[in-house]
Amino acid sequence: MSAFTYLDHAATTPMRPEAVDAMLPFLSERFANPSGSHRFAREARTAVDDAREVVAEVLGAAPGEVVFTSGGTEGDNTAVLGTVARRGGTAVCPAAEHHAVLAPVEHVHGVVVASTPLGTVDLDALAQVLRDRPDVSVVSVMAVNNEVGSITDLAALAAVVREWAPQAVLHTDAVQAPCWLDLRTITPLVDLLSLSAHKFGGPKGVGVLVARQGVAYEPMVIGGGQERERRSGTHNVAGIVALAEALRATDADRPSELPRLTALRDRLVDTLMAELPGVHETVPRAHKVAGSAHLCIEGIENEALLFLLDEAGVCASAASACAAGAMEPSHVLAAMGVPRELGLGALRLTLGRTTTDADVDRGADAVVTAVQRLRRGRS
Amino acid sequence: MALSGGVDSSVAAAELLHAGHEVVGITMRLWGGDSDTGCCSVADVDDARRVAQQLGIDHLVFNFTDDFHEHVVDPYVQAHRDGITPNPCIECNRHLKFHRLSERADLLGFDAVATGHHARIVQHDGVWRVARGHDPQKDQSYVVHMLPQRELARTLFPIGHLTKAEVRERATALKLRTAAKPDSQDVCFITSTGGRTEFLGTRIPFRRARVVDAVDGTELGEAESLEMITLGQRRGIGLPGGGPKRYVVGIDHATATVRVGDESMLDVDTMRVGDMVWSHEPLEGEVRVQCSAHGATNVATASVVDGEVRLAWHSPQRRVAPGQSVVLYDLTDTFVLGGGIAR
Repeated sequence: MSAFTYLDHAATTPMRPEAVDAMLPFLSERFANPSGSHRFAREARTAVDDAREVVAEVLGAAPGEVVFTSGGTEGDNTAVLGTVARRGGTAVCPAAEHHAVLAPVEHVHGVVVASTPLGTVDLDALAQVLRDRPDVSVVSVMAVNNEVGSITDLAALAAVVREWAPQAVLHTDAVQAPCWLDLRTITPLVDLLSLSAHKFGGPKGVGVLVARQGVAYEPMVIGGGQERERRSGTHNVAGIVALAEALRATDADRPSELPRLTALRDRLVDTLMAELPGVHETVPRAHKVAGSAHLCIEGIENEALLFLLDEAGVCASAASACAAGAMEPSHVLAAMGVPRELGLGALRLTLGRTTTDADVDRGADAVVTAVQRLRRGRS
Repeated sequence: MALSGGVDSSVAAAELLHAGHEVVGITMRLWGGDSDTGCCSVADVDDARRVAQQLGIDHLVFNFTDDFHEHVVDPYVQAHRDGITPNPCIECNRHLKFHRLSERADLLGFDAVATGHHARIVQHDGVWRVARGHDPQKDQSYVVHMLPQRELARTLFPIGHLTKAEVRERATALKLRTAAKPDSQDVCFITSTGGRTEFLGTRIPFRRARVVDAVDGTELGEAESLEMITLGQRRGIGLPGGGPKRYVVGIDHATATVRVGDESMLDVDTMRVGDMVWSHEPLEGEVRVQCSAHGATNVATASVVDGEVRLAWHSPQRRVAPGQSVVLYDLTDTFVLGGGIAR
């Protein structure tokens, strides 16, 4: 039994042992730069190309469409800024998007469209913008919301974008998707797709931007011309190898993990709602991924709740933290129309590969005890 | 332990640990806007976190920006609008450090809240008192005067018995990164580049003020912004240089008129203090009175009239600008009896 209960898999995941094993040789004896021309370099180059094929297979893409990056934020930034730099025009995203997309869209004076109470894009509002703005060059919509776990209907989204803005590039931030959705069903719908390895058992600091055949953007990092001039910089060989192994294993485990984690999540949420009055599920379970529980708890402040959970050895999360590390009122909940007062009691518990029955028991116990204590203290 | 990222609270945390306490460092995030001097910039939070790491204690950041706006920034702006000269640092202590934070600490099961103020908490005749800090140059009892018995019983000032030099020595000995950090001086939400004028100018309309001679009513000139003028002010009231020194001796807000005269016209024999908070219970009789953060104290006789304190100075004193904190000390000038706001 571990000393703490980790219910924060949407923030980051523990690395898969097979991914650690895969990367270690490239941190020691197989250290070569894959762009070199000697045998060690060729060996490293082979590892990168093998990884690219594995990733392409899981994504349902061609190997040449896989660009390795430093992570989700780079992929998201490149999709928005790189497309606007190449083609001009207007960038569009919904209000509940991750800041890695929202900030670059605002940076290029793009349009932020409304989100629904589920945290997904309002397709009518989007269609309206696309009709009004013939210069839209990139639309970016996340596949799974990082905060509340809601799933975007990407097929419906793609239909709207292709109908009203056939000229636009469609990007999806799929950073939260790999553990829960078969990426082969998503990739064919979009032009650009970004992933981050540490969200699915890989290391931090490495990711993927899928750029479908014929979709060109201005590279954000230029120099040595690696990744077919789409992303310069010496390859993070160990990270890339580990990313591929983690993605392969995640994809292989998904069919058995989905029902297991759905049952655990349901038990966690059902227990909390049965034992505590005034607890609201932010998004109905039918609309969200299996591992995500997001609740708004009346009569408490989540800063205080997180402290008590931390003391009890439970790692959970609320909204995103600001640069100083303080809890910020969530822009996602605001975009969904959740009242600010209720949003102060937002709690995100996210499950993953290492979550056990015992974790759910301890997590539920700790939340119930802490909420009861905080409510007693206030009355 | 409230960790601001400065040297005083850093050493205070170390002192608490040394005394055997279980310590958690808290940095309050108070101001979300522009700041360059204050206690809640990201750089200061970084310093606070690093000090906590160096000392081996947990560190958390609490977001109290809404409370700070409601209790400190908005009243600060409104006060200027009403022609009052507020002290936002004291209101921050009153509403944030010794109310919001201690309330949160209670809720989370902490026994005490500590800060890095240069003041001491003593028991005198069975009553808790805020006493002056050991270092007369740095004493901050004035800015923490508002603590009532309930708060005093669970507040700790771990560096109140040290001089500033000793605090820095200890920080250096512990290799804390804040050891040589300069003291913060200014209001945290006002930038040094823009100043008070820019901050207020974007929030309230400034009214032009007529400047008149206090004795004969002669019109002497016009000042840019009535809201920026404080009683006792000498510069920036739109009067030409040379001539006798003239001070603002009266401000009539309704008619936007500023009266100027010589310094002696500022002297008064009595003053009124409202919103009084007593450390223990109301007291009347001879007291020592301090009217600014590092000002001298003077003797007055206090009486309580209609819920306000009336001070009769033993020798005439310069009038205190309405809105400033007025703190009463015992006659030996050792500890705080209570404090309020100049009317």
